[in-house]
Amino acid sequence: MDFYGIDLSSRLLLGTARYPSPKILAEAIKASAAEVVTVSLRREAGAERGGQSFWSFIRGLGVRVLPNTAGCHTVTEAVTTAHMARELFDTPWIKLEVIRDDETLQPDVFGLVEAARVLSEDGFEVFPYTTEDLGVADRLVEAGCRVLMPWGAPIGSARGLNNLYGLRALRAHFPEVPLVVDAGLGVPSHASAAMELGYDAVLLNTAVAEAGDPVAMARAFALAIEAGRLAFAAKPLEPRDMAAPSTPVLGRAALGD
Amino acid sequence: MRVFVNGDQHDVEPRTLALALEELGYGGKKIATAVNGRFVAAARRPDTNLADGDRIEVVAPMQGG
Repeated sequence: MDFYGIDLSSRLLLGTARYPSPKILAEAIKASAAEVVTVSLRREAGAERGGQSFWSFIRGLGVRVLPNTAGCHTVTEAVTTAHMARELFDTPWIKLEVIRDDETLQPDVFGLVEAARVLSEDGFEVFPYTTEDLGVADRLVEAGCRVLMPWGAPIGSARGLNNLYGLRALRAHFPEVPLVVDAGLGVPSHASAAMELGYDAVLLNTAVAEAGDPVAMARAFALAIEAGRLAFAAKPLEPRDMAAPSTPVLGRAALGD
Repeated sequence: MRVFVNGDQHDVEPRTLALALEELGYGGKKIATAVNGRFVAAARRPDTNLADGDRIEVVAPMQGG
């Protein structure tokens, strides 16, 4: 799997928020085998300067970081945040979020396309958090995005893949663009389903971080993603309405009257 | 001179962003900055002059999804 020329073997991208402790976060990342973790930035205040210790912690994990623009509601905010993230984390990668609706955290797709264009022209490698809308996806690709990250369901909702048809259509329309289902997954079967559709990867946070045992859940998601990818590559059967006997009928013993 | 740092009012002597950050205890820290909503790269802080009422944002790495 290739994101902007970077070859990755793990198809799981893991968020770093909401874990019970940094130790459990580190163990969950290890159990997931994720090579990319998402991070963010916030105001640095107070005597403890919490950002400094988090920075040391992340550097010690030896994983690639994908900073986000979470919480941004305008193009200006998102672009400024992306610049600050690029300097802080020393990466051109940015998970671009421009949020419109606070209840569903649904993206402002108009602002998203505009911010993606501005950032791509400035050398950023944009991972846009978007919906499964084909027109928006096309605009994002035109704007310079070489990866698309449609939501499965609203962030943190654990609903799984809300629009299977839409996600399948997106895959069919963009066979060459790496597609990542980002957000809304709850259990490993959701991730497996995304991979069975032919998606390239899955980005998770809450489903692992807020599970009763985040480390075990991280491992479970990793296995499900691997299983789903193998299944996709193995060309699954199409569903059908009527039964098709799996045991050959020919040569069956005649035992009736 | 009165400036706002992450929304809180501060009185600072220095006239440049770099010196103000030093005075406020951010010297040598892993931070990124914006003044009045515009990104100011680390390399530009020494020649970024502050004016009374400027709004400075100082951010650092944190957990995210």
